[in-house]
Amino acid sequence: MRERIRGWHVVLAGLVVVLAAPAAAVSKASQLPTKIGAGEGALSVVEWAGYTDPSFAKQFEKQTGCVIKRKDAGSSNEMFNLIHGGGGGGGGQYDLVSASGDASLRLIYAGDVQPVNIKLIPSWKDFLPAFKSPPHNTVKGVHYGVSLQWGPNTLIYNTAKVKPAPKSWSAIYDPKYKGKITVPNNPIQIADAALYLQKTKPALGIKDPYELTKPQFDAAVALLKQQKKLLLRYWLYPADDIKDFKTGDAIIGATWPYQTLQLQAAKVPVKEIIPKEGVTGWADTWMLTKRAPHPNCAYKWMAYASTPPVQARQALVFGETPVNPKACPYMDKLQKGSCAGYHLNAPASYAKSIRFWKTPVKTCGWGGRNDCMDQQAWNNAWASITG
Amino acid sequence: MTSRGARIGFGIWTMLVIAFLWIPLVIIGLYAFNASPIQSWPIENWSTHWFHVAWNDPFLRSSFRLSVEIALAATAIALVLGTMASFAIHRFSFFGRESFSLLLLLPIALPGIITGMALNSFFSFAGVQFSFWTIVVGHATFCVVVVYNNVIARLRRTSPSLLEASMDLGADGWQTFRFVTWPLLSTALVAGGLLAFALSFDEVIVTTFTAGAQTTLPIFILDNLRQGQQLPIVNVVAFVIILLTIIPVWASQRLSSFDDSPAVGRAAAVTAQTE
Amino acid sequence: MAVDVGRETGPLRGARLSLSGAFWRRPWLRLLVLLLVPAAAFVAVYAASLGAMLASSFWTTDSFTAEIVHTWTLDQYRTIFNLDDPTYLRIAARTIGMAVAVTVTDAILAFPLAFFMAKIAGPRTRSFLFVMILLPLWSSYLVRIYSWTTILSSSGPLNWMLNGLGLPDANLAFTNKGMWIVFTYVWLPFMVLPVYAALERIPGSLLEASYDLGGRGLRTFRSVILPLALPGLAAGSIFTFSLTLGDYITPLLVGGPGSSLIGNIVSEQSASNLTFAAAYAMVPVAVMVLYIALVKRLGAFEAL
Repeated sequence: MRERIRGWHVVLAGLVVVLAAPAAAVSKASQLPTKIGAGEGALSVVEWAGYTDPSFAKQFEKQTGCVIKRKDAGSSNEMFNLIHGGGGGGGGQYDLVSASGDASLRLIYAGDVQPVNIKLIPSWKDFLPAFKSPPHNTVKGVHYGVSLQWGPNTLIYNTAKVKPAPKSWSAIYDPKYKGKITVPNNPIQIADAALYLQKTKPALGIKDPYELTKPQFDAAVALLKQQKKLLLRYWLYPADDIKDFKTGDAIIGATWPYQTLQLQAAKVPVKEIIPKEGVTGWADTWMLTKRAPHPNCAYKWMAYASTPPVQARQALVFGETPVNPKACPYMDKLQKGSCAGYHLNAPASYAKSIRFWKTPVKTCGWGGRNDCMDQQAWNNAWASITG
Repeated sequence: MTSRGARIGFGIWTMLVIAFLWIPLVIIGLYAFNASPIQSWPIENWSTHWFHVAWNDPFLRSSFRLSVEIALAATAIALVLGTMASFAIHRFSFFGRESFSLLLLLPIALPGIITGMALNSFFSFAGVQFSFWTIVVGHATFCVVVVYNNVIARLRRTSPSLLEASMDLGADGWQTFRFVTWPLLSTALVAGGLLAFALSFDEVIVTTFTAGAQTTLPIFILDNLRQGQQLPIVNVVAFVIILLTIIPVWASQRLSSFDDSPAVGRAAAVTAQTE
Repeated sequence: MAVDVGRETGPLRGARLSLSGAFWRRPWLRLLVLLLVPAAAFVAVYAASLGAMLASSFWTTDSFTAEIVHTWTLDQYRTIFNLDDPTYLRIAARTIGMAVAVTVTDAILAFPLAFFMAKIAGPRTRSFLFVMILLPLWSSYLVRIYSWTTILSSSGPLNWMLNGLGLPDANLAFTNKGMWIVFTYVWLPFMVLPVYAALERIPGSLLEASYDLGGRGLRTFRSVILPLALPGLAAGSIFTFSLTLGDYITPLLVGGPGSSLIGNIVSEQSASNLTFAAAYAMVPVAVMVLYIALVKRLGAFEAL
């Protein structure tokens, strides 16, 4: 037996609505700090794996008291999502992000990062000229971050199972290794395919692997769709890639130097090469989010990570090249010949040979065209390749 | 009733399905003792090293504590709101009743990612800082539904004339609640609350969308699965949780089965028919 | 244990009596108090945020800055239902197909188990089985899925066992079939519980009567047990369906190339292309709304 209720009573009940009072985060006035204050005791970063490796981060934590909380990202899209989501500006939870060139400008124009005062970074004046104020983190003379390290995407193979040793990217498109190839799960991989086609199909007229007109783009996508049938899987995080090579499920693929170093340390017989068609790569910047809850610790880290000994150690953990040439002797002390091995002694020509990641936009930098494919087109195409 | 062959057949099927349910848990238990951070088979070196690492990891402790706190808060809210809603819907008929009961179904019927994304946009738009309470709100949506379902199922099986009889015999609202309603509902609330707690404690999809700087246990586990250097501690965590929850689950099972005993059910059915 | 409620006296009891009386005489007041907070909470927060998400599916997002452009357009839906490039349709079809397959498999696995628990097992066995089914729900869902990665891997325990029996490798790692097994595994308890509840409610006398009237096992199953268990199956299927439609963790951990589900696309795009993610998220919403309408006819709601 139920009791009848008048309609208007229900409406009355529904009208009394309790809304949580918006506790909007007060945005600090955007003026550059003139000195680094006391540490806040914590630091929250979005990073590439190994960028706050305890081998060099533990000393920082002891010196400054800033305990590091890390979130590893697998792609620039993921980094952008983490910083842009939750209301933007890092969502009030992340302080620093080690953005590569294809995410840094997006973060700047989306208003998620704040300018940094490079005068507070003592090592900045020693940086390689190309990385002091590069266009991917400096806009109209305003620095939005501190350059960090740079490096290539490489081809890795299991020396015991892949013979003869490959010299070209064609190896990861080769049906010979069907079911044992891994490549990154990252839309920017389309640029790798474009780079390969630039050399193998010059008729397409590809000038820049990130600025592709529709026919060039479609050719790259078609190549990747072919490759999909040969893949073991697309890896999103280095740990997945490492696991596949360690168990022997994967024997060849596209990777970051970090995985190669980790696998070699685990005594897996792998080697990496820079194939003859060239490589894509990344130049990373520590960027400070707009709503960083621990800006002082963030500045302390950026300053710390730019000093030569830390630059050297990070370079050898990840397998990349520092932006501070004073790190050279430190690198050689830790590992003989590594300074030359990572080309820090002759960086200019090496940097020229790497096609650094950058965000695809409609405006092609060549030929005054406006019909290149933009980021959303790349994302959609990647979904059609992998999905 | 059923033939002997059928009984044996069902029994074997049951054993196979239970084995299927438990094989991964056994694997988790084995790998909790795996020395290597890489989960390859067969296990080469055994070690309890990761138990020490897990025990001493400050992030693990804080995320475990946070998950417990969130689950308790969400369950508490769910117990109150779910019971209130089930009483309202069961005992009254009013304009919008069907729609409201349908709305109460949505958090379970719609995938968690929808709830998560919708709440995320809503909080961002309203300028609400993501915090402990935004996570609790996200969890409360499905916890309320779980409690609501349990309570309303119990209410449907009990006769409302019991409450009227109590009032007729001179009890006021509070006494009726204390002596009649509460004993009838208590085990449904325990069962619903326990299930709500379990769902909230292990929830990851809605949490990633509604969490700020907070790391709950499932988020901690997901991060560790990605980073890979400390991977075995997630096996340790899962293994320990299984061990820890054996007693509460078994206890709650005994509680609710007592109440679902034929005597109670028959009595309720008889009273319902005589209405 | 009888309680003589009339024995208690004092001003507090008097106040409670008059309050109870006031509430009793005005049922709408009781409803107001009972309904107010849940209604406010759900309507304000939940329904409003769903509505906002629906609205945003008709806007666009800037490709570079991820800023939302508030111009009304069907562009997002055009991208999804694009027949020239049916990627998103393909992914949606894969997701729905997976949900159906998982629901069917879970129903098949759960039914005999639930029947055994409800009708054949003794109370001790039943309690034990309950514990065995509920405990996995408490253990971390992420870790259980990850353990399947190990089990299914090419050098994992499954192949090790198969090879030991002289059978070839299963090749389930990073495939859709592997995902199907994992989904079936993870959602199984959610199917068992409602089916058990429905079967438990069938009085034994009904089954006896059916046998007395000459119905053999299969006939009884078809005409008596199945129709009465249907609401339980329908309720369980709501869980398996909706959980599969929105999951992105399993494809991430267990899937390979060509394993993306709707959940993956939505979670990847949720920050950088919110409008598209919202539009694509409407697909599982639409599917579930249709499914619930269908299942309502089968009486699932009584069995939840």
